[in-house]
Formats: sequence, C-alpha cells, structure tokens
Amino acid sequence: MNPLVQLRGISKHFEKEVAVSNVDLELERAQITVLIGPSGCGKSTILRLIVGLIAADEGNMYFDSAPISSDTITSIRRRVGYVIQDGGLFPHLTANGNVALQARLLDRSGKEVKARIAELCALTRFPENLLDRYPVELSGGQRQRVSLMRALMLSPELLLLDEPFAALDPLVRANLHRDLKEICARLRQTVLLVTHDLAEAAKLGSLIVLMQSGRIIQSGTFDELRDHPATPFVAEFFNAQLGGLQS
Amino acid sequence: MKLSALLLIASVATAQSDSVVIGSKKFTESYVLAEIARQACQSAGVRAEHRQGMGGTIILWEALRGGGIDIYPEYTGTIAEEILKQRGATETDIQTALEQQGIGMTKDLGFNNTYALVMRREKAARLGIKSISDLRGHPELKFGLTHEFLDRRDGWRPLSARYGLARTNVVGLEHALGYAGLVSGEIDVKDAYSTDAKIADYDLVVLADDWQFFPQYKAVFLFRKNTSAAAIAALNKLTGTIDETRMMRLNAEAERTKSYIAAAQLYSGESSESGAESLSHKLWRWISRHLELAGASLALAVVVGLPLGVIASRGGATGQTILAVTGIIQTIPSLALLALLVPVPFFGISVRTAIVALFLYSLLPIVRNTASGLQDISRPLRESAVVLGLTAGQRLRRIYLPLASRSILAGIKTSAVINIGTATLAALIGAGGLGEPIISGLNLNDHVTILQGAVPAALLALLVQLAFDFLDRIFIPRGLRIKS
Repeated sequence: MNPLVQLRGISKHFEKEVAVSNVDLELERAQITVLIGPSGCGKSTILRLIVGLIAADEGNMYFDSAPISSDTITSIRRRVGYVIQDGGLFPHLTANGNVALQARLLDRSGKEVKARIAELCALTRFPENLLDRYPVELSGGQRQRVSLMRALMLSPELLLLDEPFAALDPLVRANLHRDLKEICARLRQTVLLVTHDLAEAAKLGSLIVLMQSGRIIQSGTFDELRDHPATPFVAEFFNAQLGGLQS
Repeated sequence: MKLSALLLIASVATAQSDSVVIGSKKFTESYVLAEIARQACQSAGVRAEHRQGMGGTIILWEALRGGGIDIYPEYTGTIAEEILKQRGATETDIQTALEQQGIGMTKDLGFNNTYALVMRREKAARLGIKSISDLRGHPELKFGLTHEFLDRRDGWRPLSARYGLARTNVVGLEHALGYAGLVSGEIDVKDAYSTDAKIADYDLVVLADDWQFFPQYKAVFLFRKNTSAAAIAALNKLTGTIDETRMMRLNAEAERTKSYIAAAQLYSGESSESGAESLSHKLWRWISRHLELAGASLALAVVVGLPLGVIASRGGATGQTILAVTGIIQTIPSLALLALLVPVPFFGISVRTAIVALFLYSLLPIVRNTASGLQDISRPLRESAVVLGLTAGQRLRRIYLPLASRSILAGIKTSAVINIGTATLAALIGAGGLGEPIISGLNLNDHVTILQGAVPAALLALLVQLAFDFLDRIFIPRGLRIKS
C-alpha cells in the first residue's frame, strides 16, 4: 500500500532563516513516525506545513496520493487530527463542547455525536462525568486526553502530535504514553509525533527521523540510529540524552 | 372605513401645518422671548412647541433655514454682523437679504439689548472708570468674556482694536459663571447684555460705549416665510410692546422663579402658574428621553462598531484607517460636532442629530476593544480552529467572538457610561434629556435646577454599570469567567 503522506523536496524559509531544507519524508500507514531533534530544527514546521498553517516555498506534498494545495486543504484537515503541546482547547467550551465542535458544525446527529464521545472516553480513559467541565477545571493530563479525543472525533486517517506531553509531569506522561500506544495499535492509526525526548521516541515510534537545522540527518529504528549513527551529531544527540540515564 | 382614515390623515396634516416650533438660544432673555412667542401663538390657536436653549446663533440660524424650527428671537446687530456679515446694514437691507433666503423678520419688540462691558460698582468707582475708553489706563484688569463674544465680528477683537485695549488679561468663560466670577472678584470686566437682570441684581456698572462701537441690537423674531399666517400675525402683535425696563423685569422674574413660563405669563398678565409641569413629571420626561438618546445611539454603535472592529483586528491599511478615523471623531468637541451636523439637511435640530452624534462618540471604545480582544487570542487557539477545518465564518462566530467577549463587552460598557454623560449635551440642540435642566440651571445660575439633571444622570451611569455587570454573566461564556 502507498504511504499516507509524502513530502518531496520540501523547503521553507522564514525571512532569511532556513526552517526546512529539501526534506523528503513518507508516512507509512498504521505506523507511528517520530520526528525528533533539538529545538529549532524544523520538526514542528513540518507538521504545520502538512496541515497548511504555512505554505512551502519549494517541493510537493501528497495526502493519499492527491497533492496538498490550498484547494484541497480544508477537506484534508477533516481527515487529520492535530494535538499541540498545551492542547489548544477552547476555554469557552466544555470538554464535551470541544470534542463535539467539529461534528456539530458538520451537522452530525446528536445521538451519533453522543455515542462517539462515549466511545472516545472509553478509548482515552477519560471519565465521562468530567465532560461538562471547562478546560480550566481539568488537570494537564486530562486536558491532553480531551485534546486527543477532539483530534480523533472524526476518525482521522492521520494523527499529528506536536510535543503533546512536554508540559506534563513524568508520571502522567508515562500513563499517557502507554495509553496512546495502545490506542494507536487498536485503531491502526497513522501517526506523526514531534518530540525532543528520545525516551518518548523509543517507547512510541516504529520509525525515528532525526533532524538538525532543517534537514533530515538519519531515519531508522531506535536501535539502528543508536548502533549505527550516520554522523557525529547523531551519536552526540543519543549520548546526551541516554548518557544521563546510564550514569 | 377607508374614508374615515383619509379624513383622519387629512386632519392630522392640517393640524401639523398649523403648528410651529420655536427655538431659543442658551440665555435667559432668549428663553423668555421664545416662551412669550409660544404663548402668543397658542392664544392665536396655533399649536406651538418651544425647543429650549439650542446653543448659539449658527445652530439656530441653520435650523431655521433647514426647517427644523419655524421661529426664534434674534437681535438686529447679530443678524447684520454674524448672519449676513454686513456691518452697518440698515433694517431695510436686512429685510431684503433675509427675504432672499426665505426668512421673514418682525419689527423690533421695543428694546435694544446691546452688548456692554460691566464692572463691579465699587471697583469702577475706585479706579474712576466710567466708559470703555477709561479702561485703556488699566491693563492690569482681568477680563472674563463669553466664548461667543471673543469670536464675534462685533466682539472683543475689533472692540479692543478700536479702543486700544490690552489683550493679555483675557479668559473665556460661560456667561452665567462669568457673573459669579465677577462678583467674587476673580475677574474685573465682563461682557453682558444691557438688559441682563443680573446687572441690577449685583449692582453692576455698565461702561459707556463712548466711541459708539457696538451696533444696535434690537430684538426681533425671525420666522420662515411659510409659517402659518396666524402665527406671524401673533408675532407682529408683540412688536413695540417691550422696552428695556420691562425686559429687565421679565428677565429678573425668570431668574427669581426659575421658570421661563412664569416670566412669559407675567408679560401676558396671567399670574397663575397653571402651565407649570410637576417635578416628577419633568424628571420622567427627561430621563426617558435621556435613555432613548443613549440607548438608540449605543445600539447603533454596537451594530456598526462590531463589524468594524472585526475588520480592524485584521490590521493592514484598512484596519489602521478604521481605528484612526474613529479616534479622530472622538477628539472633535461635542458642541462642534453638533454644530457640524445641524446644517446637514437630513439631520437639523432633532433627536436624530443627537443620536447620530452620540453614536459617533460611542464607536471608538467598541471598535478598539473588539479589535484588541480579537488580536489578543493566542496563536495556538487560532491555529486549533483552523486545523479543525472550521470555515472563516464558523471560526469567527463559534471561537473568536466568544473568546473576545469580555473585551468587547467592556468596550460597550465604556461607551454606554460615556453616552449617559454626553447625552446631556443633546439639550443644546433641543433634543431634550437630562441636559435640559442642567443647561437652563447654568443660565439661571441655579444649583437646584442643575442638580435635577446632574444627579439623575450620575445615578443612571451607575445603574448602567450595574446592568452591564449582570450582562457579563449572560454574554461571557462561563468557561472564561471561572478561575482555575
């Protein structure tokens, strides 16, 4: 089967600064791909390019073999779920309101929406009795679960996660890692996860793509990257994060 | 059925053509003369309404030309100098010039209310000042002059030039307040009308115009040529019936009783005050008109200001222009804005004009708060809305406007409170409201009357504030009101 998303020779500049340079990337279906690298390496920019928040200067992108363009982007967005670091939940809507928003605007029936939300609560282990709460009344971990439910509401083909666990404390993060992995496996979900945390990448990713200064330096499994670093930077990146664990 | 409806319309139409609107300027004598004219018209069977204290000459003149009013009392000197700008025009010249504009003028009422300079008797005696030319030797004297006198073509500049007076010690003061300043010694010389009741009340000296600078200011009524014949006949009967002493007495009566109606009744010989309105009735009339003015203008400002704010929030040249223009409107003095609107055909002297002026003033807080409220929405939230595949309209209605609701409501609240205050100025163009007692109280130097307008206005502003605190709970989503 063809990859769900393909990037061919994508470049993006902000003013004179290079954000992404000549990137080729393919997202295989039913697989978690992890984009990793130091901050400012261009990993979040790639997510923003895929959902059309910014436009590429050069190169082509395809979603399910169809080109991503300004004409197709709105319909593609409905096939993509997106979760950002602080969740991006709308503070004026309850958890339920946030999750149901898209479906309601698409005129889905109330019954259908309700059933789907119950299903998502079970899937993301979010207590149904908290659905009437506003984001400000929820804990950080609960907010990310709501955000995940919102992203999954329309059963998207692609799930984009932009450092969704970065602001959470380690225990909550570990629980969410475990749940997310289970959810993705059960749904056979195609995922692109952005993180700077190598342990997270190791736990969740089947394919790890390491970036530096807007370029992809190496991609492969965790073991491949650790055992056969393509450049000294790869080795250094691994040592810096894993060294702390070993000492 | 149809026929009776037609008859009704016809009778209403004739009744309207036989009713007149009489305007007056913002000083006691003008109020009294207009009230005398109103009572004379009423007695002649013409329905007459008195729009009190509509600001200065230009506003009244434009209202007369535009048909906002039919009649108002004026002075020949003002007509020649200010309206026709023909210095030294004879009465026949004036008649002809007015005729061409479709305006008629009665013969004079019998007195000459010229401009004069007045001083405290004791101070004038001490310095040996009897005439205006005597002032030349005393550049230390402080002049407190009305703004109109300062700017008039027959006012301070040519007067001081003719007499060679120093122009250094001069301040602009409201007329009634000027008398208070003169009595307390804060100023030494002020401009006055020669029939002012205050001249006798405060025992002031009128300085002789020894070089005959001031033109004649004979009181007349100006009227539109198409005013009903019965009304014009009633006005003509008044000519030659009031001399200086009688006018001064009528002015004094108005200031003593705090009622123009009473003074006008003194003229016609009735002593009863049966026409007087009870205070509670007046208060109700003022407050309901005040709320109408502030409410209608605010509603208009919300309907127009919200979309403008949304456009302004997008920045760019258009956004900048919107904010700049609404900002500039805010800096126009309210009296000037009213004076600018009155000559415009559709507006004139009307409630409509007052509402439009208030509307223009309420725009800025609403536009600016809407724009800044929208601009303050964080990037992650904006992008979340985009990424969820919401259309531009859905994003605005479902996400951005609710998120900006607190700021938008604060802007509307600011406008509402300012509007309650500014609406008092509507009385200057005869639109009524709580400004009516404030302005007439100011002219009569009567604190009680001023407070009758000022206190309810302050209470209204407070009530509006409370009402909006309540509206916050309805319009600001609960999720934005609870603290974590």
